[in-house]
Amino acid sequence: MRSDRGQSAPLGLKIAAACGLLFLHLPILLIFVYAFTTEEKSFVWPPPGLTTQWFAVTWNRPDVWEALSLSIRVAAISTAIALVLGTLCAAAVSQTRFFGRETISLLVILPIALPGIITGIALRSAFALADIPFSFWTIVLGHATFCVVVVYNNAVARFRRTSGSMIEASMDLGADGFQTFRHVVLPNIATALLAGGMLAFALSFDEVIVTTFTAGQQQTVPIWMLEELIRPRQRPVTNVVAMVVVLVTLLPILLAYYLTRDGDQIAGSGK
Amino acid sequence: MSLDAAMPRATAPAILPGSGGLRGAFSDLFWRRPKLLLLLMLLPPVLWLGIVYIGSLFALLLQSFFSIDEFSGLINREFTLKTYGDLLQAANLDIILRTVTMAALVTLASAVIAFPIAYYAARYARGRWKALFYLGVMLPLWSSYLVKVYAWKLILAKEGILTWLLGKLNLLWVLDGWLSLPIVGGNSLSVSFTGTFIVFVYVWLPFMILPVQAALERVPGNLVEASSDLGASPGQTFSNVLFPLALPGIVAGSIFTFSLTLGDYIIPQIIGTSRLFIGQAVYSQQGTAGNIPLAAAFTVVPIVIMGFYLWGAKRMGAFDAL
Repeated sequence: MRSDRGQSAPLGLKIAAACGLLFLHLPILLIFVYAFTTEEKSFVWPPPGLTTQWFAVTWNRPDVWEALSLSIRVAAISTAIALVLGTLCAAAVSQTRFFGRETISLLVILPIALPGIITGIALRSAFALADIPFSFWTIVLGHATFCVVVVYNNAVARFRRTSGSMIEASMDLGADGFQTFRHVVLPNIATALLAGGMLAFALSFDEVIVTTFTAGQQQTVPIWMLEELIRPRQRPVTNVVAMVVVLVTLLPILLAYYLTRDGDQIAGSGK
Repeated sequence: MSLDAAMPRATAPAILPGSGGLRGAFSDLFWRRPKLLLLLMLLPPVLWLGIVYIGSLFALLLQSFFSIDEFSGLINREFTLKTYGDLLQAANLDIILRTVTMAALVTLASAVIAFPIAYYAARYARGRWKALFYLGVMLPLWSSYLVKVYAWKLILAKEGILTWLLGKLNLLWVLDGWLSLPIVGGNSLSVSFTGTFIVFVYVWLPFMILPVQAALERVPGNLVEASSDLGASPGQTFSNVLFPLALPGIVAGSIFTFSLTLGDYIIPQIIGTSRLFIGQAVYSQQGTAGNIPLAAAFTVVPIVIMGFYLWGAKRMGAFDAL
Protein backbone atom coordinates (compact mmCIF):
# COMPACT_ATOMS: atom_id res chain seq x y z
CA MET A 1 0.00 0.00 0.00
CA ARG A 2 1.26 3.40 -0.87
CA SER A 3 0.07 6.53 0.81
CA ASP A 4 1.64 8.84 -1.72
CA ARG A 5 -0.94 8.52 -4.46
CA GLY A 6 -1.41 11.71 -6.39
CA GLN A 7 1.66 13.25 -4.85
CA SER A 8 3.90 14.76 -7.49
CA ALA A 9 7.64 14.51 -7.66
CA PRO A 10 9.99 17.30 -6.59
CA LEU A 11 10.95 19.55 -9.49
CA GLY A 12 14.64 18.71 -9.23
CA LEU A 13 13.92 14.99 -9.55
CA LYS A 14 11.68 15.58 -12.56
CA ILE A 15 14.36 17.61 -14.32
CA ALA A 16 17.11 15.09 -13.52
CA ALA A 17 14.99 12.17 -14.77
CA ALA A 18 13.97 14.04 -17.91
CA CYS A 19 17.56 15.03 -18.67
CA GLY A 20 18.65 11.43 -18.16
CA LEU A 21 16.08 10.16 -20.63
CA LEU A 22 16.97 12.86 -23.15
CA PHE A 23 20.62 11.89 -22.78
CA LEU A 24 19.62 8.33 -23.68
CA HIS A 25 17.51 9.21 -26.71
CA LEU A 26 18.82 12.32 -28.46
CA PRO A 27 22.00 10.68 -29.83
CA ILE A 28 19.96 7.97 -31.54
CA LEU A 29 17.58 10.52 -33.05
CA LEU A 30 20.58 12.38 -34.43
CA ILE A 31 21.34 9.36 -36.63
CA PHE A 32 18.05 9.94 -38.44
CA VAL A 33 18.99 13.50 -39.34
CA TYR A 34 22.44 12.54 -40.58
CA ALA A 35 20.98 9.91 -42.92
CA PHE A 36 19.55 12.80 -44.98
CA THR A 37 22.52 15.17 -44.98
CA THR A 38 24.06 16.33 -48.25
CA GLU A 39 27.52 16.55 -46.67
CA GLU A 40 29.83 13.72 -47.76
CA LYS A 41 33.20 14.33 -46.20
CA SER A 42 32.64 15.42 -42.62
CA PHE A 43 30.17 15.22 -39.73
CA VAL A 44 29.34 18.91 -39.94
CA TRP A 45 26.34 20.20 -37.99
CA PRO A 46 23.89 21.62 -38.92
CA PRO A 47 23.61 19.67 -42.18
CA PRO A 48 24.14 22.00 -45.15
CA GLY A 49 21.15 20.48 -46.94
CA LEU A 50 18.82 17.51 -46.92
CA THR A 51 18.57 14.80 -49.57
CA THR A 52 17.29 11.27 -50.00
CA GLN A 53 19.85 10.31 -52.64
CA TRP A 54 21.93 8.25 -50.18
CA PHE A 55 19.11 5.77 -49.79
CA ALA A 56 19.35 4.99 -53.51
CA VAL A 57 23.15 4.82 -53.32
CA THR A 58 22.96 2.41 -50.38
CA TRP A 59 20.32 0.33 -52.15
CA ASN A 60 22.74 -0.29 -55.02
CA ARG A 61 25.66 -1.34 -52.86
CA PRO A 62 26.24 -5.11 -53.15
CA ASP A 63 28.54 -5.19 -50.09
CA VAL A 64 25.75 -3.83 -47.88
CA TRP A 65 23.32 -6.43 -49.19
CA GLU A 66 25.81 -9.24 -48.67
CA ALA A 67 26.44 -8.16 -45.09
CA LEU A 68 22.72 -7.88 -44.45
CA SER A 69 22.02 -11.31 -45.87
CA LEU A 70 24.80 -12.89 -43.80
CA SER A 71 23.58 -11.15 -40.64
CA ILE A 72 20.01 -12.29 -41.15
CA ARG A 73 21.01 -15.88 -41.90
CA VAL A 74 23.29 -16.03 -38.86
CA ALA A 75 20.64 -14.46 -36.61
CA ALA A 76 17.91 -16.78 -37.85
CA ILE A 77 19.87 -19.98 -37.34
CA SER A 78 21.36 -18.87 -34.02
CA THR A 79 17.88 -17.95 -32.81
CA ALA A 80 16.53 -21.35 -33.84
CA ILE A 81 19.32 -23.16 -31.97
CA ALA A 82 18.92 -20.87 -28.95
CA LEU A 83 15.15 -21.46 -28.89
CA VAL A 84 15.59 -25.23 -28.69
CA LEU A 85 18.43 -25.21 -26.17
CA GLY A 86 17.00 -22.38 -24.04
CA THR A 87 13.54 -23.92 -23.81
CA LEU A 88 14.88 -27.37 -22.91
CA CYS A 89 17.09 -25.87 -20.24
CA ALA A 90 14.32 -23.66 -18.83
CA ALA A 91 11.87 -26.57 -18.73
CA ALA A 92 14.36 -28.78 -16.92
CA VAL A 93 15.37 -26.13 -14.41
CA SER A 94 11.90 -24.84 -13.58
CA GLN A 95 9.89 -28.07 -13.57
CA THR A 96 12.15 -30.23 -11.48
CA ARG A 97 14.66 -29.96 -8.69
CA PHE A 98 17.87 -31.82 -9.14
CA PHE A 99 21.45 -31.76 -8.05
CA GLY A 100 23.48 -29.13 -9.87
CA ARG A 101 20.47 -27.01 -10.83
CA GLU A 102 22.21 -23.79 -9.78
CA THR A 103 25.27 -24.74 -11.77
CA ILE A 104 23.15 -25.11 -14.89
CA SER A 105 21.67 -21.62 -14.52
CA LEU A 106 25.16 -20.23 -13.99
CA LEU A 107 26.40 -22.07 -17.07
CA VAL A 108 23.67 -20.51 -19.18
CA ILE A 109 24.25 -16.98 -17.88
CA LEU A 110 28.04 -17.07 -18.01
CA PRO A 111 28.47 -16.32 -21.74
CA ILE A 112 26.74 -12.99 -21.24
CA ALA A 113 28.06 -12.21 -17.75
CA LEU A 114 31.70 -12.33 -18.81
CA PRO A 115 32.84 -9.58 -21.19
CA GLY A 116 32.23 -10.43 -24.85
CA ILE A 117 35.90 -10.23 -25.64
CA ILE A 118 36.52 -13.24 -23.40
CA THR A 119 33.89 -15.31 -25.19
CA GLY A 120 35.34 -14.13 -28.47
CA ILE A 121 38.98 -14.84 -27.80
CA ALA A 122 38.08 -18.14 -26.12
CA LEU A 123 36.28 -19.34 -29.25
CA ARG A 124 39.04 -17.95 -31.45
CA SER A 125 41.73 -19.82 -29.54
CA ALA A 126 39.64 -22.99 -29.49
CA PHE A 127 39.30 -22.78 -33.28
CA ALA A 128 43.04 -22.22 -33.53
CA LEU A 129 43.82 -25.21 -31.29
CA ALA A 130 41.44 -27.48 -33.16
CA ASP A 131 42.45 -26.14 -36.60
CA ILE A 132 38.87 -25.21 -37.48
CA PRO A 133 38.76 -22.71 -40.37
CA PHE A 134 36.44 -19.69 -40.10
CA SER A 135 33.07 -20.20 -41.75
CA PHE A 136 29.42 -19.32 -41.51
CA TRP A 137 29.10 -21.95 -38.79
CA THR A 138 31.85 -20.55 -36.59
CA ILE A 139 29.83 -17.30 -36.38
CA VAL A 140 26.65 -19.24 -35.59
CA LEU A 141 28.47 -21.24 -32.92
CA GLY A 142 29.36 -18.07 -31.02
CA HIS A 143 26.02 -16.33 -31.49
CA ALA A 144 23.89 -19.29 -30.46
CA THR A 145 25.95 -19.64 -27.28
CA PHE A 146 25.11 -16.19 -25.93
CA CYS A 147 21.55 -16.17 -27.35
CA VAL A 148 20.54 -19.18 -25.24
CA VAL A 149 20.41 -17.02 -22.11
CA VAL A 150 17.83 -14.62 -23.57
CA VAL A 151 15.41 -17.39 -24.51
CA TYR A 152 16.13 -19.13 -21.21
CA ASN A 153 15.32 -16.02 -19.13
CA ASN A 154 12.00 -15.49 -20.88
CA ALA A 155 10.99 -19.13 -20.75
CA VAL A 156 11.94 -19.54 -17.08
CA ALA A 157 9.87 -16.49 -16.14
CA ARG A 158 6.86 -17.90 -17.97
CA PHE A 159 7.26 -21.40 -16.54
CA ARG A 160 7.30 -19.86 -13.09
CA ARG A 161 3.91 -18.27 -13.79
CA THR A 162 2.42 -21.41 -15.31
CA SER A 163 0.94 -23.61 -12.64
CA GLY A 164 2.13 -27.19 -12.60
CA SER A 165 -1.38 -28.37 -11.76
CA MET A 166 -2.46 -27.68 -15.35
CA ILE A 167 0.01 -30.25 -16.56
CA GLU A 168 -1.16 -32.70 -13.94
CA ALA A 169 -4.80 -32.07 -14.89
CA SER A 170 -3.98 -32.77 -18.50
CA MET A 171 -2.31 -36.03 -17.55
CA ASP A 172 -5.23 -36.97 -15.28
CA LEU A 173 -7.58 -36.44 -18.20
CA GLY A 174 -5.66 -39.03 -20.11
CA ALA A 175 -3.34 -37.00 -22.30
CA ASP A 176 0.07 -38.51 -22.82
CA GLY A 177 3.28 -36.54 -22.42
CA PHE A 178 3.43 -35.37 -26.04
CA GLN A 179 -0.22 -34.34 -26.10
CA THR A 180 0.24 -32.41 -22.86
CA PHE A 181 3.22 -30.62 -24.36
CA ARG A 182 1.41 -29.85 -27.61
CA HIS A 183 -1.93 -28.74 -26.14
CA VAL A 184 -1.10 -27.40 -22.68
CA VAL A 185 2.55 -26.44 -22.27
CA LEU A 186 3.23 -25.01 -25.72
CA PRO A 187 0.23 -22.63 -25.88
CA ASN A 188 1.21 -21.36 -22.45
CA ILE A 189 4.81 -20.60 -23.21
CA ALA A 190 4.39 -19.66 -26.89
CA THR A 191 4.39 -15.89 -26.45
CA ALA A 192 7.34 -16.03 -24.07
CA LEU A 193 9.27 -18.10 -26.61
CA LEU A 194 8.34 -15.70 -29.39
CA ALA A 195 9.51 -12.76 -27.27
CA GLY A 196 12.72 -14.58 -26.37
CA GLY A 197 13.27 -15.42 -30.01
CA MET A 198 12.79 -11.79 -31.03
CA LEU A 199 15.31 -10.62 -28.46
CA ALA A 200 17.77 -13.34 -29.42
CA PHE A 201 17.44 -12.29 -33.05
CA ALA A 202 18.07 -8.65 -32.15
CA LEU A 203 21.03 -9.61 -29.98
CA SER A 204 22.61 -11.70 -32.71
CA PHE A 205 21.87 -9.17 -35.45
CA ASP A 206 23.69 -6.48 -33.48
CA GLU A 207 26.57 -8.45 -31.98
CA VAL A 208 30.03 -7.30 -33.00
CA ILE A 209 32.61 -8.12 -30.33
CA VAL A 210 32.38 -11.92 -30.43
CA THR A 211 31.83 -11.83 -34.20
CA THR A 212 35.13 -10.07 -34.90
CA PHE A 213 36.85 -13.13 -33.45
CA THR A 214 34.79 -15.80 -35.17
CA ALA A 215 34.07 -14.34 -38.61
CA GLY A 216 37.47 -14.31 -40.29
CA GLN A 217 37.05 -12.38 -43.54
CA GLN A 218 33.24 -12.51 -43.59
CA GLN A 219 31.25 -9.35 -43.01
CA THR A 220 28.06 -9.10 -41.00
CA VAL A 221 26.31 -5.73 -40.82
CA PRO A 222 27.96 -4.74 -37.51
CA ILE A 223 31.38 -5.73 -38.86
CA TRP A 224 30.73 -3.72 -42.01
CA MET A 225 29.85 -0.74 -39.81
CA LEU A 226 32.91 -1.23 -37.64
CA GLU A 227 35.14 -1.16 -40.72
CA GLU A 228 33.48 2.07 -41.80
CA LEU A 229 33.96 3.55 -38.34
CA ILE A 230 37.66 2.75 -38.27
CA ARG A 231 38.40 3.57 -41.91
CA PRO A 232 35.54 5.73 -43.18
CA ARG A 233 35.15 5.39 -46.95
CA GLN A 234 31.59 6.40 -47.59
CA ARG A 235 30.09 8.27 -44.69
CA PRO A 236 26.62 8.89 -46.17
CA VAL A 237 26.14 5.16 -46.80
CA THR A 238 27.17 4.45 -43.21
CA ASN A 239 24.60 6.99 -42.00
CA VAL A 240 21.83 5.28 -43.93
CA VAL A 241 22.88 1.79 -42.78
CA ALA A 242 22.99 3.03 -39.17
CA MET A 243 19.45 4.34 -39.48
CA VAL A 244 18.19 1.10 -41.01
CA VAL A 245 19.88 -0.91 -38.24
CA VAL A 246 18.12 1.18 -35.59
CA LEU A 247 14.77 0.53 -37.24
CA VAL A 248 15.44 -3.18 -37.76
CA THR A 249 16.31 -3.73 -34.09
CA LEU A 250 13.47 -1.50 -32.87
CA LEU A 251 10.70 -3.76 -34.21
CA PRO A 252 11.62 -7.02 -32.44
CA ILE A 253 12.09 -5.17 -29.14
CA LEU A 254 8.70 -3.47 -29.32
CA LEU A 255 7.09 -6.75 -30.32
CA ALA A 256 8.77 -8.63 -27.48
CA TYR A 257 7.60 -5.96 -25.04
CA TYR A 258 4.07 -6.13 -26.41
CA LEU A 259 3.98 -9.93 -26.13
CA THR A 260 5.01 -10.08 -22.49
CA ARG A 261 3.88 -6.77 -21.03
CA ASP A 262 1.13 -8.22 -18.82
CA GLY A 263 3.48 -10.63 -17.09
CA ASP A 264 5.37 -10.14 -13.87
CA GLN A 265 8.61 -10.08 -15.77
CA ILE A 266 8.74 -8.21 -19.03
CA ALA A 267 11.03 -9.44 -21.75
CA GLY A 268 14.28 -7.68 -22.30
CA SER A 269 15.15 -6.51 -18.83
CA GLY A 270 18.34 -8.52 -19.01
CA LYS A 271 20.59 -8.28 -22.01
CA MET B 1 -5.30 -15.70 -21.64
CA SER B 2 -3.41 -18.87 -20.93
CA LEU B 3 -6.50 -20.87 -20.12
CA ASP B 4 -8.29 -19.82 -23.29
CA ALA B 5 -5.35 -20.88 -25.33
CA ALA B 6 -4.97 -24.15 -23.50
CA MET B 7 -8.58 -25.25 -23.76
CA PRO B 8 -9.66 -26.95 -26.97
CA ARG B 9 -12.46 -25.16 -28.82
CA ALA B 10 -16.00 -26.22 -27.95
CA THR B 11 -16.35 -28.08 -31.22
CA ALA B 12 -13.25 -30.18 -30.65
CA PRO B 13 -13.59 -33.39 -28.66
CA ALA B 14 -12.90 -32.79 -25.00
CA ILE B 15 -10.74 -35.86 -24.71
CA LEU B 16 -8.17 -36.53 -27.37
CA PRO B 17 -7.63 -40.09 -28.47
CA GLY B 18 -4.62 -41.64 -26.81
CA SER B 19 -1.75 -42.26 -29.13
CA GLY B 20 -0.47 -45.77 -29.28
CA GLY B 21 2.62 -47.20 -30.87
CA LEU B 22 6.09 -45.82 -30.42
CA ARG B 23 4.92 -42.39 -29.30
CA GLY B 24 2.78 -43.87 -26.58
CA ALA B 25 5.58 -46.11 -25.46
CA PHE B 26 7.95 -43.17 -25.13
CA SER B 27 5.33 -41.15 -23.28
CA ASP B 28 4.84 -44.01 -20.82
CA LEU B 29 8.55 -44.45 -20.40
CA PHE B 30 9.04 -40.76 -19.57
CA TRP B 31 6.15 -40.91 -17.12
CA ARG B 32 7.65 -43.89 -15.30
CA ARG B 33 11.22 -42.56 -15.42
CA PRO B 34 11.08 -38.76 -15.06
CA LYS B 35 14.87 -38.71 -14.52
CA LEU B 36 15.34 -40.03 -18.04
CA LEU B 37 13.26 -37.20 -19.48
CA LEU B 38 15.20 -34.68 -17.40
CA LEU B 39 18.46 -36.10 -18.68
CA LEU B 40 17.27 -35.95 -22.28
CA MET B 41 16.15 -32.34 -21.83
CA LEU B 42 19.37 -31.24 -20.20
CA LEU B 43 21.74 -33.09 -22.46
CA PRO B 44 21.62 -30.83 -25.55
CA PRO B 45 22.04 -27.44 -23.79
CA VAL B 46 24.65 -28.77 -21.37
CA LEU B 47 26.61 -30.45 -24.14
CA TRP B 48 26.48 -27.31 -26.28
CA LEU B 49 27.48 -24.90 -23.53
CA GLY B 50 29.90 -27.35 -21.99
CA ILE B 51 31.76 -28.12 -25.19
CA VAL B 52 31.50 -24.85 -27.08
CA TYR B 53 31.76 -22.41 -24.21
CA ILE B 54 33.48 -24.03 -21.24
CA GLY B 55 35.70 -25.96 -23.63
CA SER B 56 36.76 -22.73 -25.31
CA LEU B 57 37.41 -21.05 -21.98
CA PHE B 58 39.71 -23.93 -21.07
CA ALA B 59 41.41 -23.69 -24.43
CA LEU B 60 41.97 -20.03 -23.66
CA LEU B 61 43.38 -20.69 -20.19
CA LEU B 62 45.59 -23.39 -21.64
CA GLN B 63 46.96 -20.99 -24.25
CA SER B 64 47.91 -18.48 -21.56
CA PHE B 65 50.43 -21.05 -20.27
CA PHE B 66 52.01 -21.38 -23.70
CA SER B 67 54.57 -18.88 -24.91
CA ILE B 68 55.53 -17.29 -28.16
CA ASP B 69 58.95 -17.73 -29.72
CA GLU B 70 60.17 -14.18 -30.20
CA PHE B 71 62.26 -14.94 -33.26
CA SER B 72 60.04 -17.23 -35.28
CA GLY B 73 56.69 -15.89 -33.97
CA LEU B 74 55.54 -19.50 -33.56
CA ILE B 75 53.65 -20.63 -30.52
CA ASN B 76 55.58 -22.94 -28.28
CA ARG B 77 53.13 -25.43 -26.81
CA GLU B 78 54.94 -26.15 -23.58
CA PHE B 79 53.82 -25.25 -20.11
CA THR B 80 55.45 -22.03 -18.93
CA LEU B 81 54.69 -19.00 -16.76
CA LYS B 82 56.75 -16.75 -19.03
CA THR B 83 53.65 -15.16 -20.60
CA TYR B 84 52.34 -14.13 -17.20
CA GLY B 85 55.77 -12.63 -16.55
CA ASP B 86 55.37 -10.57 -19.74
CA LEU B 87 51.98 -9.45 -18.48
CA LEU B 88 53.62 -7.81 -15.46
CA GLN B 89 55.74 -5.44 -17.55
CA ALA B 90 55.23 -1.78 -16.67
CA ALA B 91 53.53 -0.97 -19.98
CA ASN B 92 50.98 -3.75 -19.49
CA LEU B 93 50.35 -2.83 -15.85
CA ASP B 94 49.65 0.69 -17.10
CA ILE B 95 47.00 -0.67 -19.43
CA ILE B 96 45.37 -2.63 -16.63
CA LEU B 97 45.40 0.33 -14.24
CA ARG B 98 43.99 2.67 -16.91
CA THR B 99 41.15 0.27 -17.70
CA VAL B 100 40.22 -0.34 -14.07
CA THR B 101 40.23 3.42 -13.32
CA MET B 102 38.01 4.05 -16.33
CA ALA B 103 35.65 1.23 -15.31
CA ALA B 104 35.37 2.65 -11.78
CA LEU B 105 34.68 6.20 -12.99
CA VAL B 106 32.14 5.00 -15.55
CA THR B 107 30.37 2.95 -12.88
CA LEU B 108 30.23 5.93 -10.51
CA ALA B 109 28.88 8.30 -13.16
CA SER B 110 26.27 5.81 -14.38
CA ALA B 111 25.04 5.33 -10.82
CA VAL B 112 24.65 9.10 -10.36
CA ILE B 113 22.77 9.58 -13.63
CA ALA B 114 20.72 6.40 -13.25
CA PHE B 115 19.40 7.11 -9.77
CA PRO B 116 16.93 9.95 -10.55
CA ILE B 117 15.52 8.09 -13.57
CA ALA B 118 15.14 4.87 -11.60
CA TYR B 119 13.66 6.66 -8.58
CA TYR B 120 11.15 8.61 -10.64
CA ALA B 121 10.12 5.49 -12.56
CA ALA B 122 9.79 3.42 -9.38
CA ARG B 123 7.99 5.91 -7.15
CA TYR B 124 6.12 8.46 -9.22
CA ALA B 125 5.49 7.03 -12.69
CA ARG B 126 2.17 5.21 -12.97
CA GLY B 127 0.24 3.49 -15.75
CA ARG B 128 1.07 4.91 -19.13
CA TRP B 129 4.07 6.86 -17.84
CA LYS B 130 5.48 3.75 -16.26
CA ALA B 131 5.33 1.91 -19.60
CA LEU B 132 6.90 4.92 -21.29
CA PHE B 133 9.76 4.99 -18.80
CA TYR B 134 10.25 1.27 -19.23
CA LEU B 135 10.45 1.50 -23.00
CA GLY B 136 12.52 4.66 -22.62
CA VAL B 137 15.22 2.61 -20.94
CA MET B 138 14.68 -0.58 -22.91
CA LEU B 139 14.98 0.88 -26.41
CA PRO B 140 18.42 2.45 -25.88
CA LEU B 141 19.52 -0.74 -24.10
CA TRP B 142 18.69 -2.85 -27.14
CA SER B 143 19.57 -0.34 -29.84
CA SER B 144 22.57 -1.29 -31.86
CA TYR B 145 25.78 -0.83 -29.89
CA LEU B 146 27.74 0.32 -32.93
CA VAL B 147 25.08 2.80 -33.95
CA LYS B 148 25.24 4.31 -30.48
CA VAL B 149 29.00 4.62 -30.70
CA TYR B 150 28.65 6.06 -34.19
CA ALA B 151 26.12 8.61 -32.97
CA TRP B 152 28.66 9.84 -30.44
CA LYS B 153 31.33 10.08 -33.09
CA LEU B 154 28.97 12.46 -34.89
CA ILE B 155 28.27 14.42 -31.71
CA LEU B 156 31.84 14.72 -30.47
CA ALA B 157 33.46 15.46 -33.85
CA LYS B 158 35.16 18.83 -34.03
CA GLU B 159 32.66 20.07 -36.60
CA GLY B 160 29.79 18.26 -34.83
CA ILE B 161 26.69 19.30 -32.95
CA LEU B 162 28.29 19.72 -29.53
CA THR B 163 30.83 22.30 -30.69
CA TRP B 164 28.06 24.04 -32.64
CA LEU B 165 25.80 24.12 -29.58
CA LEU B 166 28.52 25.44 -27.29
CA GLY B 167 29.40 28.04 -29.92
CA LYS B 168 25.79 29.23 -30.00
CA LEU B 169 25.80 29.49 -26.21
CA ASN B 170 29.15 31.31 -26.21
CA LEU B 171 30.60 28.55 -24.07
CA LEU B 172 33.37 27.37 -26.41
CA TRP B 173 35.96 28.60 -23.91
CA VAL B 174 34.76 25.93 -21.45
CA LEU B 175 35.37 23.19 -24.02
CA ASP B 176 38.76 24.62 -25.03
CA GLY B 177 39.75 24.96 -21.40
CA TRP B 178 38.78 21.37 -20.68
CA LEU B 179 40.59 20.04 -23.76
CA SER B 180 43.78 21.84 -22.80
CA LEU B 181 43.92 19.93 -19.50
CA PRO B 182 46.44 17.10 -19.29
CA ILE B 183 45.23 13.45 -19.39
CA VAL B 184 41.51 14.19 -19.89
CA GLY B 185 42.07 16.65 -22.75
CA GLY B 186 43.19 16.25 -26.33
CA ASN B 187 42.82 17.71 -29.82
CA SER B 188 39.07 17.24 -29.79
CA LEU B 189 36.61 15.41 -27.59
CA SER B 190 36.52 12.45 -29.98
CA VAL B 191 40.21 11.75 -29.40
CA SER B 192 40.29 12.27 -25.64
CA PHE B 193 39.68 10.17 -22.53
CA THR B 194 36.75 12.46 -21.76
CA GLY B 195 35.10 11.32 -24.99
CA THR B 196 35.77 7.66 -24.18
CA PHE B 197 34.31 8.20 -20.73
CA ILE B 198 31.11 9.87 -22.03
CA VAL B 199 30.48 7.13 -24.56
CA PHE B 200 31.06 4.37 -22.00
CA VAL B 201 28.60 6.01 -19.60
CA TYR B 202 26.06 6.45 -22.39
CA VAL B 203 26.27 2.90 -23.66
CA TRP B 204 26.14 1.15 -20.27
CA LEU B 205 23.71 3.49 -18.50
CA PRO B 206 20.55 1.39 -19.13
CA PHE B 207 22.30 -1.60 -17.52
CA MET B 208 22.51 0.46 -14.33
CA ILE B 209 19.00 1.94 -14.42
CA LEU B 210 17.11 -1.38 -14.53
CA PRO B 211 18.50 -3.05 -11.38
CA VAL B 212 18.43 0.22 -9.40
CA GLN B 213 14.80 0.64 -10.38
CA ALA B 214 14.08 -2.95 -9.38
CA ALA B 215 15.63 -2.30 -5.96
CA LEU B 216 13.73 0.98 -5.50
CA GLU B 217 10.40 -0.62 -6.49
CA ARG B 218 10.72 -2.67 -3.32
CA VAL B 219 11.10 0.36 -1.03
CA PRO B 220 7.67 1.12 0.44
CA GLY B 221 6.70 4.77 -0.10
CA ASN B 222 5.62 5.20 3.50
CA LEU B 223 9.18 4.51 4.61
CA VAL B 224 10.26 7.73 2.91
CA GLU B 225 7.28 9.55 4.40
CA ALA B 226 7.97 8.22 7.86
CA SER B 227 11.50 9.50 7.56
CA SER B 228 10.37 13.01 6.69
CA ASP B 229 7.61 12.91 9.32
CA LEU B 230 10.31 12.19 11.86
CA GLY B 231 12.05 15.38 10.83
CA ALA B 232 14.67 14.22 8.34
CA SER B 233 15.54 16.60 5.53
CA PRO B 234 15.31 15.18 1.97
CA GLY B 235 19.09 14.84 2.02
CA GLN B 236 19.02 12.88 5.27
CA THR B 237 16.21 10.68 3.98
CA PHE B 238 18.28 9.95 0.92
CA SER B 239 21.48 9.06 2.72
CA ASN B 240 19.89 7.14 5.62
CA VAL B 241 16.88 5.47 4.02
CA LEU B 242 16.87 5.43 0.23
CA PHE B 243 20.54 4.96 -0.53
CA PRO B 244 21.13 1.96 1.76
CA LEU B 245 18.04 0.26 0.35
CA ALA B 246 19.04 1.01 -3.24
CA LEU B 247 22.63 -0.09 -2.73
CA PRO B 248 22.15 -3.76 -3.69
CA GLY B 249 20.61 -2.55 -6.96
CA ILE B 250 23.47 -0.17 -7.59
CA VAL B 251 25.99 -2.94 -6.93
CA ALA B 252 24.07 -5.25 -9.26
CA GLY B 253 24.13 -2.59 -11.98
CA SER B 254 27.79 -1.91 -11.38
CA ILE B 255 28.56 -5.55 -12.16
CA PHE B 256 27.46 -4.82 -15.73
CA THR B 257 29.00 -1.37 -16.12
CA PHE B 258 32.29 -2.54 -14.63
CA SER B 259 32.52 -5.83 -16.49
CA LEU B 260 31.47 -4.35 -19.82
CA THR B 261 33.96 -1.49 -19.56
CA LEU B 262 36.75 -3.90 -18.64
CA GLY B 263 36.17 -6.00 -21.73
CA ASP B 264 35.32 -3.40 -24.35
CA TYR B 265 37.78 -2.69 -27.10
CA ILE B 266 35.66 -0.94 -29.71
CA ILE B 267 34.72 2.26 -27.90
CA PRO B 268 38.28 3.28 -26.93
CA GLN B 269 39.43 2.40 -30.44
CA ILE B 270 36.87 4.62 -32.16
CA ILE B 271 36.58 7.41 -29.63
CA GLY B 272 39.69 7.87 -27.58
CA THR B 273 43.41 8.33 -27.50
CA SER B 274 46.03 5.95 -28.84
CA ARG B 275 46.73 4.65 -25.34
CA LEU B 276 45.37 1.12 -24.99
CA PHE B 277 42.75 -0.47 -22.78
CA ILE B 278 42.72 -4.18 -21.81
CA GLY B 279 40.30 -5.09 -24.59
CA GLN B 280 42.42 -3.37 -27.23
CA ALA B 281 45.56 -5.04 -25.89
CA VAL B 282 43.88 -8.44 -26.19
CA TYR B 283 42.69 -7.65 -29.68
CA SER B 284 46.00 -6.38 -31.00
CA GLN B 285 47.97 -9.20 -29.34
CA GLN B 286 45.83 -11.89 -30.95
CA GLY B 287 45.48 -10.08 -34.28
CA THR B 288 48.44 -8.12 -35.58
CA ALA B 289 50.98 -9.43 -33.09
CA GLY B 290 49.74 -13.02 -33.34
CA ASN B 291 50.65 -13.51 -29.70
CA ILE B 292 47.64 -15.53 -28.56
CA PRO B 293 49.29 -16.61 -25.27
CA LEU B 294 49.72 -13.01 -24.15
CA ALA B 295 46.20 -12.14 -25.33
CA ALA B 296 44.91 -15.07 -23.30
CA ALA B 297 46.86 -13.98 -20.24
CA PHE B 298 45.40 -10.48 -20.63
CA THR B 299 41.84 -11.83 -20.57
CA VAL B 300 42.59 -13.59 -17.31
CA VAL B 301 42.85 -10.11 -15.71
CA PRO B 302 39.18 -9.13 -16.18
CA ILE B 303 38.12 -12.68 -15.26
CA VAL B 304 40.00 -12.44 -11.96
CA ILE B 305 38.81 -8.89 -11.25
CA MET B 306 35.21 -9.83 -12.01
CA GLY B 307 35.57 -12.96 -9.87
CA PHE B 308 36.45 -10.83 -6.85
CA TYR B 309 33.81 -8.27 -7.79
CA LEU B 310 31.07 -10.89 -8.02
CA TRP B 311 32.17 -12.42 -4.73
CA GLY B 312 31.94 -9.03 -3.02
CA ALA B 313 28.63 -8.26 -4.71
CA LYS B 314 27.15 -11.54 -3.56
CA ARG B 315 28.11 -10.72 0.01
CA MET B 316 26.25 -7.41 -0.30
CA GLY B 317 23.12 -9.18 -1.51
CA ALA B 318 23.32 -7.72 -4.99
CA PHE B 319 22.06 -10.86 -6.69
CA ASP B 320 18.66 -10.55 -5.06
CA ALA B 321 18.27 -7.24 -6.90
CA LEU B 322 18.95 -8.70 -10.33
